[in-house]
Amino acid sequence: MEPESQPLAPLAPPHVEPSLVAFSRSRLKELRNGEVGVVPVLVGLVVLAIIFQIQDSAFLSAGNLTNLLVQGAVFILLGMAEVFVLVLGEIDLSTGFVAGIGAVITCELAGYPHNLPWWICVLAGLAATTAIGILQGTLITRLGLPSFVVTLAGLLGWEGVLIYLIQNAGGSNGGTIPITNNVLNDIVNGNLSVTAGWIVVGVIVVTFSIFIARRDGYRRANGLTASPPILTAFKIAGLVIVGAGVTLICNTNRGSLAELRGIPWVILLVLATLGAWTFLLGRTRFGRYLYAIGGNAEAARRAGINLRRVRTTAFALSGLTSGAAGIVFASRLGSISTDIDGGTLVLYAVAAAVIGGASLFGGRGKMVHALLGGIVIAAIYNGMGLLGLGAAEQDMVTALVLIAAVTVDSVARKGRTST
Amino acid sequence: MAPENETAVGAEPAVPGSAPGGASPPDLLPKGESLLRLEGIGKSFGSVRALMDINLDIPAGLVTALVGDNGAGKSTMIKAISGISEPNEGAFYWKGQPVHIRHPKDATELGIATVYQDLALADNLDIVQNVFLGRELRKHFLLDEGAMEHRAKQALADLSVVTVRSIRQLVGSLSGGQRQAVAVARSVMQNAQLVIMDEPTAALGVTQTAMVIDLIKQLAARGVAVLVVSHNLTDVFAMADRIGVLYLGHIAGVGNTSDLDLQEVLELITTGGATHGA
Repeated sequence: MEPESQPLAPLAPPHVEPSLVAFSRSRLKELRNGEVGVVPVLVGLVVLAIIFQIQDSAFLSAGNLTNLLVQGAVFILLGMAEVFVLVLGEIDLSTGFVAGIGAVITCELAGYPHNLPWWICVLAGLAATTAIGILQGTLITRLGLPSFVVTLAGLLGWEGVLIYLIQNAGGSNGGTIPITNNVLNDIVNGNLSVTAGWIVVGVIVVTFSIFIARRDGYRRANGLTASPPILTAFKIAGLVIVGAGVTLICNTNRGSLAELRGIPWVILLVLATLGAWTFLLGRTRFGRYLYAIGGNAEAARRAGINLRRVRTTAFALSGLTSGAAGIVFASRLGSISTDIDGGTLVLYAVAAAVIGGASLFGGRGKMVHALLGGIVIAAIYNGMGLLGLGAAEQDMVTALVLIAAVTVDSVARKGRTST
Repeated sequence: MAPENETAVGAEPAVPGSAPGGASPPDLLPKGESLLRLEGIGKSFGSVRALMDINLDIPAGLVTALVGDNGAGKSTMIKAISGISEPNEGAFYWKGQPVHIRHPKDATELGIATVYQDLALADNLDIVQNVFLGRELRKHFLLDEGAMEHRAKQALADLSVVTVRSIRQLVGSLSGGQRQAVAVARSVMQNAQLVIMDEPTAALGVTQTAMVIDLIKQLAARGVAVLVVSHNLTDVFAMADRIGVLYLGHIAGVGNTSDLDLQEVLELITTGGATHGA
């Protein structure tokens, strides 16, 4: 183990205070060079919101927006599972049915005849999907098989296992395992109280604002590359606006008969996962190596990185996150059945990550991309549902958005290589 | 089994840039003293003798160039020194002590870094991330970006690399010379005492070549021994203190650059010195 690094000695040459002008100029240059970041997807979201709002004024209502976020939760979580492997330049086609298996194990253990405590069931479900990830990752890294084929086999095989498990489950009822546990039901259907919502979001926003301010301040004080102070202020302001906005929307009564308000638990679950995985990718060696392997595997190998271990871990984390997505999926439906369409789910998962800005070519992608992409997909489904359009139109529009996203990725790539 | 007197000089755990500001590592030899000596190194692949009876001194603080035609054994020699393929005959002496270089790891532990022609950089990572790839500094198990950025910046400044816009620029957006600089900074961060560079000026334009030659001279000026393998004699004469000529697997001649002229070296490369005598 390497010794911990020593404290910084101030760097001798005076550094230039980063100005907003200089910063925007270099950001513009990056944009032109193909570092488009989350700009396209944010633009896309605004366009979608405008179109749907014009067509149906219910789209931007508080109740519908809350519903949209809840709908998006499964896509977002599956998208995050996909980001781990997309960054490596690999793909995981099995996430949909792996999610289903996580849900089946959790629901079965929580209901008749086992009736185990909910947290044991969740742990068991997540352990199983993580193990599946390790198994697939091991096949891919040890035997050198293409991830596309291994996880395609997973797509078929885990569906078979899923059907088998449900048919032979004690609590199964005509191909369906109902959720009888209240906690599991409340993941999606339970809400924080209005006050608790404000407190939780307040704590999150304040913590992150302090973190951002301190980090940027530290970087500026030590002569490191940093954004100008005004941008730090913008970031914090954005955080406050988004936090307050989401809380306000969720705390508005959305019930038609009885009063229904508060932030759904699942939103906090998604945020917690987003935070944990972003931290893992951005601040640890594992995260750094994931990007390095995705960018240039040979360089990573020569740098002494254990490619097998990093790759297998990525597939394990993909399995783990898929399991969480599956439990959320079951919680939303109140049950898990053999009808789960894991094939479509995995396509949404990849689409969410890619629409958000992750690259199919490897080396680029963040967890926040899955969040934004998942919201885009949810918005399309939600909005078209409001307009009374069916699955046919929804699928066609999603396909167009996906093609648009991949085009942006591909064009951006060309921009990068041509400079 | 390794002989008793085998030592691993300079095998202290690498603390990248532990000296303040990434100053020269303390255990560098004085300029001109032999850092790595090759004695009677030979390598055969079956009946093909790729290298035979190679005797060569690689002194600290100087640039040694290895030239030769295709198939003369340059690559085999790089592979032998960097531990990729162990020679069948001969011995290596590191700072006068006999050492074995069997694996790339042995070479790295001694303080030998190899900069390959493809540079092995990840285009999607920035300069700092590439410089420290595989040896990231950490604080409480988390990446210490501040310390890494400082050291990388200092290392580039020490190598007189001033043209990069930002140290947080992605390596994919750099020019060929700048990429070479990042690769060299990587080896500096490993506290390398011997840096082997494979065709560092190949595929570079005039300005970029000048920059890389400067970079290599800076590296040697820090007390590091540099072994450059190159086809380009003009560049070799511009950067090397010593030139060794390989011809069909043996050393056809070694000398100080100041004592050699281009015509002489060219002849050694093409004929092995048949007309002049080695």
